[in-house]
Amino acid sequence: MSAQGTVGEGGRKLPPTSVRGAARRGVAARPGREAIAAKGWLRAHKWLLLRRLSQLGILALFLAGPWFGLWIVKGNLSSSLTLGVLPLTDPFLLAQQLAAGHWPYREALLGGGIVLAFYLLFGGRLFCSWVCPVNMVTDAAAWLRRRVGLKGGKVPAGSTRYWLLGFVLVAAAATGSLAWEWVNPVSMLHRALIFGFGLAWGIVGGIFLYDLLIAPRGWCGHLCPQGAFYGLLGRVTLVRVSADRRSACNDCMDCFAVCPEPQVIRPALKGVGQDHPLILDGDCTSCGRCVDVCGKDVFRITTRFNRSES
Amino acid sequence: MSDHHTSSQASAQSSAVPSSRRRFLKDAAGVAGGAGLLALGAGLYARQASALPATAIRPPGALAEADFLAACVRCGLCVRDCPYDTLKLARLGDGVATGTPYFEARKIACEMCDDIPCVAACPTGALDHGLKEIGKAKMGLAVLIDQENCLNFLGLRCDVCYRVCPVIDKAITLERIHNPRSDRHAMLLPTVHSEYCTGCGKCEKSCVLPGEAAIKVLPIKLAQGSKAEHYLRGWEEKKAAGESLIGKQVELPVRGLEGKAYGDTRVAPGEGPAAGEGAVPDYKPPFRPGGVDSGWKP
Repeated sequence: MSAQGTVGEGGRKLPPTSVRGAARRGVAARPGREAIAAKGWLRAHKWLLLRRLSQLGILALFLAGPWFGLWIVKGNLSSSLTLGVLPLTDPFLLAQQLAAGHWPYREALLGGGIVLAFYLLFGGRLFCSWVCPVNMVTDAAAWLRRRVGLKGGKVPAGSTRYWLLGFVLVAAAATGSLAWEWVNPVSMLHRALIFGFGLAWGIVGGIFLYDLLIAPRGWCGHLCPQGAFYGLLGRVTLVRVSADRRSACNDCMDCFAVCPEPQVIRPALKGVGQDHPLILDGDCTSCGRCVDVCGKDVFRITTRFNRSES
Repeated sequence: MSDHHTSSQASAQSSAVPSSRRRFLKDAAGVAGGAGLLALGAGLYARQASALPATAIRPPGALAEADFLAACVRCGLCVRDCPYDTLKLARLGDGVATGTPYFEARKIACEMCDDIPCVAACPTGALDHGLKEIGKAKMGLAVLIDQENCLNFLGLRCDVCYRVCPVIDKAITLERIHNPRSDRHAMLLPTVHSEYCTGCGKCEKSCVLPGEAAIKVLPIKLAQGSKAEHYLRGWEEKKAAGESLIGKQVELPVRGLEGKAYGDTRVAPGEGPAAGEGAVPDYKPPFRPGGVDSGWKP
């Protein structure tokens, strides 16, 4: 470890050219150090803090009722009613429901439409990084993995989640029920936080250990069919991250180290297969962590129509 | 024919360099297989778990279980709008499909609210908004399942299940029958009528037995047999037709039972052919130590 550390010090002067190289040089263990030095701690954690605020705030809205009798939002992420008027329904659940052969009431369809429109506008996998409670679990696993210096692992192909999404819908059609919802860790964790856990701890702990010990970013980045569903929306979504100051990039690799979907950065940052600096890949969760950790302010959040570069 | 051509071309290419198409197909097959296995596992688990435990009762207006499992998104809005905390969402390991609403009558029974807030709250139609009167709900069916421990069956006047029934005298009645044990008393047996029972579970909840209740609400499928359609019930047919379907019968007198209703052949000591006018000389009434009209007195 100490030998790697000294190499790491050297690695600062000679920028590594790959994630693996960065990890070898010990840079990836604490990505964002340059950004903190350049921008200060608060600005280097701006989007992360906002994101945690959003995740915990949404959870707090749901918990205010059962805990304090303050009924702002009833239900859970699968379907909810806000202030007694605003219905919201997870379109992923509606898709399963339609596959299972049930045509829902207007309330659910309306709620699903509102949610669908929101994510089409602001980023499909915005759900994953700003709303989903599992994100905090897998982020914790990724953080611990970096800190402890666990390397490698057996990661399933990134396309597995799309296959799984297909099979989830096929399973719904074949069994005539929402089969995935028996085990879906995303809806289960959120429901468990609000309505009680039972054995759901086991599934959450399993995902944490899987991400920590077996597959880095394994669940959210490779398996979760709900993330895949929102990723499909993300392909046409309006709000996107742009590497518009990519000319200032010093190849420190910090953004690759923190990005939950590092493969989406390269085309935009390095101009591989595209000439504009926009990250248009649906897998991008718009978490904004790359904006935070970049000491050179390469990234910013903009719209998919803004292809300008500065 | 063209198939032949392209496939031979492809194999020629792949023997030269590892074809990216072949690699893609191999990867895709692996990924699809893995994902398929995972989904299959989830599907099988779902199927196995879809057998609802007998004591778990769905909220009023719930669709038939198979349709319910397609319609319920497990949001818990029905649970939130239940004023009596009767409903709860199944947690993983509860034996009920994870996240679906149910209640256990012995713990908290359904209070049968007039406005049925749980049904109104359901956004998907898993609880049918067509249910407007709670009296028409069919959450389950009460069954007096333990006749050995039910106090009324022991000859006592407990009657609690009958008294608490929100549809008293319709869903549960007390049927009076002779108590053969004492031979002097009546037993008033709580009797459930499926036509009116909503399955609210108040009877099960309030059964005075210390642990398990003698009367339980069960899923209708478990509680009720199928009606034998090919058997006509004479009394129902007679009522519908206004008269007997086989017309008025000639009532022949039975010797010694002239004073009794036609068809009543029960004979008490001192009655019948053994006594009175036209008695059979050597007739002795059969020895009957107990039962109806045994004549035994202390």
